Amino acid sequence: MAKNCNFLVIFQCKHQSIVLQLAQYTLRKSPVPDCNRCSCFVRNAALESSGMALPKAVKTGTTICGIVFKDGVILGADTRATDGSTVASLNCQKIHYLAPNMYCCGAGTAADTEQTTKLISSNLELHSLNTGRQAPLSTALKMLAQMLFKYQGHISAALVLGGVDRLGPHIYSVHPHGSVDRLPYVTMGSGSLAAMAVFESRYRPNMELEEGKKLVRDAIAAGIFNDLGSGTNVDLCVITKDGAQMLRPYDVANVKGARQERYRFKRGTTAVLKTRLRKFDVQEEEVVSMDTSEASGSA
Amino acid sequence: MMWKIPEGGHSPLVFIKIPMFLCCGHLDFKHLTSTMDLMPLQASQPFDPSKYRYTGPNVQPRQLPNTRSQAPITTGTSVIGLQFDGGVMIAADKLGSYGSLARYQNIGRLMRVNDHVILGCTGDYADFQFLRDIIDQKMIDEECLDDGIVTRAPALHCWLTRVLYNRRSRFDPLWTTFVVGGLDDDGKPFLGFVDKLGTAYTAPQIVSGMGGHLATPLLREKMEGQPPLSEEAARELLIRCMTVCYYRDCRAFSKFQIATLKAGSIKIEDDLEVKGDWEVAHFSKEHA
Repeated sequence: MAKNCNFLVIFQCKHQSIVLQLAQYTLRKSPVPDCNRCSCFVRNAALESSGMALPKAVKTGTTICGIVFKDGVILGADTRATDGSTVASLNCQKIHYLAPNMYCCGAGTAADTEQTTKLISSNLELHSLNTGRQAPLSTALKMLAQMLFKYQGHISAALVLGGVDRLGPHIYSVHPHGSVDRLPYVTMGSGSLAAMAVFESRYRPNMELEEGKKLVRDAIAAGIFNDLGSGTNVDLCVITKDGAQMLRPYDVANVKGARQERYRFKRGTTAVLKTRLRKFDVQEEEVVSMDTSEASGSA
Repeated sequence: MMWKIPEGGHSPLVFIKIPMFLCCGHLDFKHLTSTMDLMPLQASQPFDPSKYRYTGPNVQPRQLPNTRSQAPITTGTSVIGLQFDGGVMIAADKLGSYGSLARYQNIGRLMRVNDHVILGCTGDYADFQFLRDIIDQKMIDEECLDDGIVTRAPALHCWLTRVLYNRRSRFDPLWTTFVVGGLDDDGKPFLGFVDKLGTAYTAPQIVSGMGGHLATPLLREKMEGQPPLSEEAARELLIRCMTVCYYRDCRAFSKFQIATLKAGSIKIEDDLEVKGDWEVAHFSKEHA
């Protein structure tokens, strides 16, 4: 049997045959490649050339946005994840935690946004423990931008970073190739034009909290109802100097319709040919579990 | 004898008839052989076509189908149209872009067809002028007929659909998107869309071009599920949409027109300008 660390990876996805194909590949290929020289890229290329269809990346096809209001920032996102033209997830979370005072919305490939924000979140925690103070937003921004630039856009993560630090509330947008913009209102994702239209017509500086929440909700709703890549609910995250408040869902814009009737088949739909009655003697069995932990008093 | 080339620059057919004896100095006949040179005293040989072949530079036969329009040249950006209580309103800016050059800054992309129909055009401006001339001629013919039947918006919309679809089926599209507005036969507001593929539909709000992504959400938010807008509210909404399009469309322009059609009257306002609010520039400092 091939002893190769690579082939122990199991894909968790709807393509059942991938595990089977991996197994077949393992049996087919000999001699066994040297573990020291193996790499994921080599393996993936070899798998693809042997005829296996690799799983598609799940994109988020999103509307995300953020604004600066009087006391802080408000981030908003929709909750639909798409896999091609199928909705992969009705209610995924696109506002990711970076630090107690910073959250990051992500559009693009779902895995890329998730892992990038997790990585930077860990690094921020280490950084803040190292320096002994709360990291400013520009630290997270630099980490994100430098990482994305390093990968030259192959990490498809378009992010809206928002938070409040000792210098005040900030919103930044980070593009997959690593460029950043600091603006009072930003939108990203496939629904960004719809959301930006709402912002351009209604944004004012120094809005109140409720007005700001309504504006962000309306911008995401414009994306949900006018863009096919966005849908379902609106999530908000309000960050002020007192902390962050995650409102998930803030607005359930699309409620799944209730079934109108019972769709069971009526009795008699399938004709009954024969009826036979058998009597069984049912003996009840009760299982009593014993408490075998050390804390119990009995021997 | 040359046909007069119509104004507008785009003339589809120009017949130039120059008598042969006037242009010996310019046309080159050495590639053609004359029958006179080869005819023997007695025409006893059978006709040999190989002696009369064209031997000059390689000339391609005409490619069929005629794929004239592969890309638009001078283009106009979005046209926004919406229905209000008692009429329709269409707005378009006054820019003809030459790629990314803002070349013609005072062209009208809205057209008054007759007393009952207005339309706006996105896309290639030359194709718009071509169709505009044809539509103008149609209206003249209709007036001459004087039979009491007038072309209304649904009829013109249908005709445009057929014209554009047929052109696309011949792989020679008119690279334009039209927004046709007017009142239908029952007096209700009508707004129709036709694009270069012949896709056609009607809706209470129609936006062609890039504004489709920007203005459509704004229009739908204000109009869906609501009673019909008044004329002032519609005009204000239209100006707001033109402003947003000016902010976010690279090929948009600040000067624009609005055409309003109500029962019995058409008004085209020609000298409107988007007043931009650039306060946001102060916020966009260099990031820390």
